[in-house]
Amino acid sequence: MDETKESLQKRWTHLRKVLERPGPFSHPEFEPSPDILDFILSSCKLLIIGAGGLGCELLKDLAMMGFKHIHIIDMDVIDLSNLNRQFLFRHKDIGVSKAEVAAKYVNGRIQGCQVVPHYCTIQEKDEEFYRQFHVIVCGLDSIPARRWINGMVVSLLNYDDAGILDQSSIIPLVDGGTEGFKGNARVVLPGITACVECTLDLYPPQVTYPLCTIANTPRLPEHCIEYVKLVQWPKENPFGVALDGDDAQHLMWLHEKAVERASQFNIQGVTFRLVQGVVKNIIPAVASTNAVVAAVCATEVFKLATSCCTPLNNFMVFNDVDGIYTYTYEAERKENCIVCCNVPQMLSIEDPGKMKLSDIIEILCSDPKFQMKNPGLTTTINGSNKTLYIPTIEAIEKRTRENLNKTLQDLGLNDGQEIVVADITTPTSLIIKLTFKTVDIEMG
Amino acid sequence: MSSPIPKSPEQSDKNKKYDRQLRLWGDHGQKLLENSKVCLINATALGTEILKSLVLPGIGSFTIVDGEKVTEEDIGSNFFLENETVGASRAQVATQCLLELNPDVRGDYIDESAEHIIANTENFFKNFDVVIGTVLSEKTLIPLSKHLWECEVPLIVCRSIGFLGYIRLQIKEHTVIEAHPDSESPDLRLDKLWPALEEYLSSINIEQLGRKEISHVPPVVILYYFLNKYKNDHGGNLPETREEKELLKEMIKDVGKSEDGNNRLILEENFEQALHYVNTCVATRAIPNHVQTILEDDNCVNLTQHSSSFWIMCSALREMVKSEGVLPMKGTLPDMASDTHSFVTLQNIYQKQAQHQAESIYRRASQIARDLGLPQETITENDVKYFCKHSSELYLIRGSCIADEYEKTSLDLTSYLEDPDSLIFYYVILRGLERFINEFNAYPGQMDDQVEPDILKLKGIIGKLLNEWGYSHVLRDEKVHEVCRYGGAELHSVSSILGGCAAQEVIKVITNQYKPLNNTFIYDAINSTSATFCL
Repeated sequence: MDETKESLQKRWTHLRKVLERPGPFSHPEFEPSPDILDFILSSCKLLIIGAGGLGCELLKDLAMMGFKHIHIIDMDVIDLSNLNRQFLFRHKDIGVSKAEVAAKYVNGRIQGCQVVPHYCTIQEKDEEFYRQFHVIVCGLDSIPARRWINGMVVSLLNYDDAGILDQSSIIPLVDGGTEGFKGNARVVLPGITACVECTLDLYPPQVTYPLCTIANTPRLPEHCIEYVKLVQWPKENPFGVALDGDDAQHLMWLHEKAVERASQFNIQGVTFRLVQGVVKNIIPAVASTNAVVAAVCATEVFKLATSCCTPLNNFMVFNDVDGIYTYTYEAERKENCIVCCNVPQMLSIEDPGKMKLSDIIEILCSDPKFQMKNPGLTTTINGSNKTLYIPTIEAIEKRTRENLNKTLQDLGLNDGQEIVVADITTPTSLIIKLTFKTVDIEMG
Repeated sequence: MSSPIPKSPEQSDKNKKYDRQLRLWGDHGQKLLENSKVCLINATALGTEILKSLVLPGIGSFTIVDGEKVTEEDIGSNFFLENETVGASRAQVATQCLLELNPDVRGDYIDESAEHIIANTENFFKNFDVVIGTVLSEKTLIPLSKHLWECEVPLIVCRSIGFLGYIRLQIKEHTVIEAHPDSESPDLRLDKLWPALEEYLSSINIEQLGRKEISHVPPVVILYYFLNKYKNDHGGNLPETREEKELLKEMIKDVGKSEDGNNRLILEENFEQALHYVNTCVATRAIPNHVQTILEDDNCVNLTQHSSSFWIMCSALREMVKSEGVLPMKGTLPDMASDTHSFVTLQNIYQKQAQHQAESIYRRASQIARDLGLPQETITENDVKYFCKHSSELYLIRGSCIADEYEKTSLDLTSYLEDPDSLIFYYVILRGLERFINEFNAYPGQMDDQVEPDILKLKGIIGKLLNEWGYSHVLRDEKVHEVCRYGGAELHSVSSILGGCAAQEVIKVITNQYKPLNNTFIYDAINSTSATFCL
C-alpha cells in the first residue's frame, strides 16, 4: 500500500485531530502537520523490552497509536499462569516464545503493522542494535535488567570535547512496573533527567529471612519453606538436579517437607500456593494494573515521538487499592550517580592492611549506591592487567578465589588505584577509585 | 510416630491460570467474580478495554448492548474490532473478539441501542451485577441512571476524549469487608488483657533471665513487662505523651543493651522491636471512624427481614462493641524476633481469643437472625470468622444518583473551584460537552473548520451551566480550546488507561474487596495527573 496515502485513511482520524491541530498544552516545538502521522507510520522505530503483562499491553497500545515499526524482545516462553493478563497468548501457545507469539498476533490483527520479535536476552544485543530506535520502552519485572538497559542508553550518549551533550544521541527510555494493584511509570531522558540508577533506592528491598532464623527459630510458614529450599534440598537433592520452581514434582517435594518441618514446630499455614509463592518469589499481578501502567507508558511514547503534548516529568505512581490514586513528581538526578554522571566513583578504605577483597565485593553488593549482584573485578598494576576476581567464569573463579581472603595491601593495591568492575546490572564496566584513609603502606 | 504427611494438592488448570490474581483477592473473591454478570453499553475502544480486563480474570458472563455498525474510525481506535468487519454489528464483532480471550467466560450481545432497550424491554438491565456505560448521551444516561438506582444495580459511566478521561461510579449502598489496607500496626491489646494472655505474660520476669534467654524473649513480653513497671511508677497510668513514651523506651533500653566485641553498646533485636511497638501498640486502637459510621448506620440499628447477612453481623458486632468497647481481634501476630516456642505459644493465645470472640459474635448474629425469623443458614460460622478478622477494615459507601447530579439546579463545587488548576474544571467542561452534543448533535471541534466557532459555543454553554449552579467563575480558555482540539477523538492509549481503572472498580464492586472510587474520577493524560471528587 502507498504509505503516503495511508495517513489519509479514515482509521487515523482520531490521531490526526491531535497531530494536525494546535493545542494550548502541546510541546513548544510542536508544529501541527500531517508529516507527524507520516513519521509515526513510516519511520519511527520503537523497542519494547519484555513481552509479558506490560509488554503485551504496550505492543497493542503502541500499534493502535499508529506505530508500525516496533521491535519486541523477551527471553521467556509462555506459561499457563500468564494467561490471566497476557492477552495476546492462548492456551495453545504455552511453551512458545512470548515475543514471537505477541508479534505474530499483532501483525495479524493490525493492518500494516511490522512487529519484529527477538527471542533472546537483552544482553545478547549490542550498541548498534539499541542505537537504531527512537524510543525504548520497558515492561520488565527484573530490576537488574532495567539497570542494564538504563546503562545501555546512557552509554549511547555522545559528549563533545567541551562536555556538551549531543542531543541527537539521546534515546528516551520509558519504564513501567507493577505489583498487584500498584504501579509506576517514568520517563528517562538519559543525561538530562534522573535515570534508573539515580533512583535505585525507590525499589523496595527484596524480602529475605536471616539464615539463623530459618534454621534455629522458625516462626512463620515462610521460614519453614525457605529452610527446605535452602538447606534440605541441597542436602537431600531428591531428583539429582537443581531446584526448578516451575517443576510440579519439585514443588510437591518442597511442600511435603515444609509441612513436615512446620508441624515439628507447631507452625500453621504452609499451603501449596504459599510454597510456590516463596520459592518462585511470585509477584501478584492482574490485568487491570498492567493495562493502566502500560497505557500510561504508551501515551508518553506517543508524546515523545510527536511532541503533541509535553511528556511526563518524570515519575508517576499509581495505586487503586483505595479509590484510584496517582501521584506525579519530578525525580531528581543524583549528583554522583554511578551511571549517568561522568565522575569516577570513590571508595574510601579505612585500613588497606585489614580490608580484604571480599570486603570490597560485600560493599559493592550491599551499599545502596551500588547494589550489585555478582561483581567481577580487574585492575592494572605496573602497566599490566591483573584479574582480581571473576565469579562468572568457572575456571577463572577457581584461579582467583584465593584473592578473596587477601588484604588490599597483599594484593598490591595502592591509594588511588582504579578498579574495573563488571556486573550483570550494567552493560559497561564501572570504574571505582580506592582512596585510603591511612596511607601507611610499607614500601616493598 | 509423626503424623502422616498430607499429600500435596495437585493444582487445577484454572488455579494455575488465575494464580497471580488469586494471591490478591483469594478463592472467595474469584468465586464472586466467576458468578458475576456484567453489561457493557457501547463497544467503543474504552468499552472493550474495560471488558478485556474483566474477561481475562474470569467474570461469569458479559452482554454487550450496542446498536452501531463498525466504522473505519472505530478500527483505528478499538483493538477488539477486526479489519474486515466494517459495516457489521459492533456489538457482535466485539463480543466475538473478547470471547477469544478466555474460554471460561460466556458472552452475548444485543444489536440495539441502550435507548431502545430502556424504552422497550422492561427490567432488562436489572439482571446484571454491574452495568458499564461509555459515550452515553444525556438522553440515555438520565433514565438509565434512575432505573438502576431504583433496582440497586451499580452503574459505571466512563468517557475518554482526547487526553481526558472520566469515570463516575453510581452505587446506592456498597459494603466492604476486606479493604486490604496497606499497613496496620499490630493489635496487641496490652491494656485489655484476658486471663490466658495475662497468665503467660506475667509468668516471665525479664530481669531474671540469662543473657541467652533474654535475647529470645518475644518483644510483646518485653513491652508488657516494662509497661507494668512503668504503670507501677506512675499511678497505674499508661504512657501517653511523647515524653512519657520516651521514659518507657529508656527503661527498655537499659535492660536490653549489651556490649559487642568492640566495646560498643548494642540493643538486642527483640528489644529494638519492643521499642518500636511503644509508639503505636501500647494502647488498644480506638474503633476507627469508618467502622463507627457503619455501627451507627440505620441499616445496622434497625434490622428487617430483608437485612443482608452483612448488616446482621454488623448488628452483632455493635452489641459486642457496646459491651466490651473493642473490636474482635485478627488473631494473628506479626513476625517478631523470638524463639519458636514462645512465639507459637503467644500466637496461639491470640488466636484462641480471636476464635472465642468470633464464636460470641456468631452466637449473637444467629440469635438476631432467628429473632428476625430468618432461616438458620443466613449466617455461617465461616462468614462470621472472616467478618471478625477484618472488622477493623469494614467500609461503607452510600453513593449518589447520577440523574440527581444532572438535574440538580445547584451543584456544590465551591471548595473544588477555588483552585484554578483543579481538574474539576475538566468535569465542568465535560458536562458542557454533553450539552453541546445534545444541542448540535456533534462533538465540539468535530469539523476541522469549526474549531474556533465551537470554542465560543462551548464556552457559552459552560458559562450557562455554571450560572445555573450559582457560580460566576470564568473558565480558562485554554482548557476549553484543548477539548475542542480533540473534536471527539478517542485515543487508544488514553482509553486503555481509563479501561484498566474502570475494570478494577468493577472488580471491587463485585468482590466486596478493596475500596471503590467515591464517586467521580478525572484523568488528565496531558500532565499524567488525576483527581477524585465526591459529587
